[in-house]
Amino acid sequence: MTDPLIDVREVSKAYDEGPAVLDRLTLTVRAGEALAVLGPSGSGKSTLLNLIAGLDRPTTGSVTVDGLRVDELSESASAKYRRSRIGMVFQFFNLLDDLTVTDNVLLPAQLSGMPRAQAAARAAELLAYLGIDRHAQGYPGRLSGGERQRVAVARALMNRPPLLLADEPTGALDTASGADVRDLLRELNADGQTIVLVTHDLALAESCATRTIEFLDGRIARDVSAVAR
Amino acid sequence: MSGRAVTRRGVVGGTGRGALGRVVRAGVGRRRAQTVVIVLTTLFSVAASVLAVGLLVASRAPFDRAFAQQQGAHLTVQFDGSAVSRDRLATTARASGVVAAAGPFAVTSVRPQAPEDAPPAFQPAPLAVVGRPSADSDVDRVELIEGRWVGAPGEIVLEAGAGHPGTRTGERMVVGGTELTVVGVAESVGESADAWVVPTQLTALAGQRGTGQAGKAGQTGAKPRYQMLYRFTAAATVADVEAGLDAVAADMPPGAVAGSQSYLDFRQTAQENTAAFIPFVTAFALLGLAMSVLVIGIVVSGAVGAAARRIGILKSLGFTPSQVGRAYVAQALLPASVGAVLGVGLGNTLAVPLMAEVAEAYDTAVTMIPLWVDLVVPAGALALVTATAFGPALRAARLRTMDVITVGRVPSGGRGRRLRHRLGRLPLPRPVTLGMASPFARPARAATMAAAIAFGALAVTFAVGLGSTLIAVNTDGDPDRTGDVTVHTVSRPEEGPSAAAPREPADAAAVASAIVAGPEIASFHRAARTEVGVAGLTGGAPLVAYEGEGSGSGATMVSGRWFDAPGEAVAASRFLQVTGVGVGETVVLSEEGRTVRLRIVGEVFDLGDKGMAVRTDASSVAALELRFMPSAFSVEVTSGTDKARYVDELNTALEPLGAQAEITETGKSGVIRAMQALIAMLTLMLVAVACLGVLNTVVLDTRDRVRDLGVLKALGMTPRQTVTQVLTSVGVIGLVAGAVGVPVGVALHGWVMPAMGRAAGTTIPPADIDVYGAPLLGLLALAGVTIALLGALLPAGWAARTETARALRAE
Repeated sequence: MTDPLIDVREVSKAYDEGPAVLDRLTLTVRAGEALAVLGPSGSGKSTLLNLIAGLDRPTTGSVTVDGLRVDELSESASAKYRRSRIGMVFQFFNLLDDLTVTDNVLLPAQLSGMPRAQAAARAAELLAYLGIDRHAQGYPGRLSGGERQRVAVARALMNRPPLLLADEPTGALDTASGADVRDLLRELNADGQTIVLVTHDLALAESCATRTIEFLDGRIARDVSAVAR
Repeated sequence: MSGRAVTRRGVVGGTGRGALGRVVRAGVGRRRAQTVVIVLTTLFSVAASVLAVGLLVASRAPFDRAFAQQQGAHLTVQFDGSAVSRDRLATTARASGVVAAAGPFAVTSVRPQAPEDAPPAFQPAPLAVVGRPSADSDVDRVELIEGRWVGAPGEIVLEAGAGHPGTRTGERMVVGGTELTVVGVAESVGESADAWVVPTQLTALAGQRGTGQAGKAGQTGAKPRYQMLYRFTAAATVADVEAGLDAVAADMPPGAVAGSQSYLDFRQTAQENTAAFIPFVTAFALLGLAMSVLVIGIVVSGAVGAAARRIGILKSLGFTPSQVGRAYVAQALLPASVGAVLGVGLGNTLAVPLMAEVAEAYDTAVTMIPLWVDLVVPAGALALVTATAFGPALRAARLRTMDVITVGRVPSGGRGRRLRHRLGRLPLPRPVTLGMASPFARPARAATMAAAIAFGALAVTFAVGLGSTLIAVNTDGDPDRTGDVTVHTVSRPEEGPSAAAPREPADAAAVASAIVAGPEIASFHRAARTEVGVAGLTGGAPLVAYEGEGSGSGATMVSGRWFDAPGEAVAASRFLQVTGVGVGETVVLSEEGRTVRLRIVGEVFDLGDKGMAVRTDASSVAALELRFMPSAFSVEVTSGTDKARYVDELNTALEPLGAQAEITETGKSGVIRAMQALIAMLTLMLVAVACLGVLNTVVLDTRDRVRDLGVLKALGMTPRQTVTQVLTSVGVIGLVAGAVGVPVGVALHGWVMPAMGRAAGTTIPPADIDVYGAPLLGLLALAGVTIALLGALLPAGWAARTETARALRAE
């Protein structure tokens, strides 16, 4: 059996003097899995995502992604880690409104110093693959919610990261757009992309996750694989 | 509704006022960075303004007060008694524009005998002695400092500062061969005489000398000379005083007016040391005020933009637009008031050493900044702050409640998108192009920041120019600094008991022979000094007579050229102003009735001797048979000579002669040192204000763009890339601002330096004003960028350390 892509061991996280948001959490995710993290607000779902992305550090425990101890990285190393190994998709898209769709998608490549021609070709390929190439020179503010989320996914995949993190990717979308994004994530996972998504959307979890875990008070209350389901 | 009643006008009465106060206090406390910026900005501006206005007022106060008390003469005129009678002169008191007159008083010029304890070859300056029966008069009420007025022949009253230093009441002095007792020391603010005797004594003095020359010299023989003192209805300007002179001299026979002196010249002399500070301190103060307006505008405007949601909440709670507006004006006024009070303290503190330096250098009383300046300047600054804050406050008051409460910030619009897109195509790292595009998102804010940086770059350029000019002036202002080695004909006294023994000067010819004997001489000349009578001047002027080659090699000419023929001379600026003699005209020097006429061929830049020295070849004044002070030789050695070794060898030869050689050094005047210290301090203040303006703007920008920063960091932007992005965004503005500020600074320097020269009673040579070479300008062009980067460094670091997860939640 191969090593897990994500290895979270005995992780606890507390803010200031408050109670632990995550309580001695242990979790592994293998390459090719699509893990859906469910749970009520405040249960620690987004905190887990931030720890995996290197945006936050655990109070105790370790987070290893693709063989790299994320919790021990410096700020700079953490940024480089995100460039190369992580793609992130947010509930509210987090696109830069004053950059064109192409410029938004190009950002991770530009930050990591990818040659211009190579980056442009990759961006064009992604926009075409995601069906939004006609908006390449448009601005995000003129796109629908679903289209914006596709742009965000394209940006997340720009540097071919082994891991895609999605935080409520359908949370700000209407039903049709939500279904559109669900299909997209399923297709990506089918193509071998490892995905960890945090969601309240049971339909999303059921349709595109190969495994679902449910958080309650910072602990895993349930861990179900699609086969078992 | 109970308790607090809300009406259409907002929260009612005292409760509303209390709530407003709490809102203001909370606003001041919550935005500490902006509060500190306003405090420091106001502090620096008020300090510079207090200093500028205070210097202006304080420099004029002592003279004007004394002049008013003494009914000083606006014009002192000397008449040739052989050309006009006393009775005729008395009628000039009724000339047009004359409100009061005194005289005619007989006047003569005599050289007192050197006292026994004077140094070897010491020659006292000639005294202008006036025969006057009383100190009191309608014009020029001479003030007795000690003793009494003259009452009989054999008595003399000295003007304070005239005569041998340390002369006291009761001592005796020999004047023009007559022994007189000093019965008093007096002061005439218009410097109408160096000494006073009773009229009969004056006649005796003039008769013993065999000449009546005084003041406007140029004639020999026992001709009487008279002094008339006038006050005019209008005497504020040079033209007014000249008009008065024309009225007094009307219908006089040719040659009757032997000389005249305007009180404006004395006033300028009295004020010149402090007055020289005024042009540049004023320039700094105006710069400071302009920057304060800009920076406080940025701060308050930014506070409104950043607190739009808060404003919406306040308005939804019942605060009226007027209350919101007042709250934002008050949020600026509170810290500004603290800054103004501290600024008054700093301004006065800076004035203390400055005034003391000037007072020490020129032996005058220390003056302080008047109280009204300490009140009026901060009040004016706070009025300016109120006016500056009013615009943004009005904008806050007019914001629509629903708009701001839902959006949460004042929308910036989608400006500069195309440009940003094009910048993104440049072959530069993405953080750099993102930074370059940043100013175009908020062009108004960027423009204001650019203005603050431009003022900072202007200040630096101006200060560097001032400093360079002052160094040049300090070097060039001494025409005798020529030569690599200076040889004194009196060696310095040794330490110990023998130091008190007066030494005879070395024989100049022997010293010259010793110098010539050396193989490494390129050229040398001898300079000797004394005081000489000058037509039109009370008391005479310093004279420097040269022998040898290269006397003018180190002189900087304001106009004309150095003398190179017998009968030619050069003079310093003030001498030419006071005597009214121009380049190409003739001046008459006199000594004990002997006179020579010299043609002024050049105005030399000379800050020594209060700008009153005349310089000529020794042969030109040989007819005066002057006694000179011990002379000094300036020696130019050949290129490559080891000066220290040369001096050692020369001293071996000079020691038996009693002379001493040393490497020529250029000293630095106390006033120039004080100026340079003040310039450095004021520049630092303005640069600090500019940096604070940048800091505040970058803080606002970072706050506005915190989500974007979070996104970029989530996508993999490193802290260094974040810092690069922020610094590039201000660096671009700094470059543009520097390109504007530097030429304006150069222009300001070109305007202020001549004004400083005029205030100091001299003309600064163009070569000393033209100090900006291409390499210096190239360096100064970076001033804007440097200020921008300095101001942005701290907030750039904060931006880099922003917690990404929290920034992403700032939607």
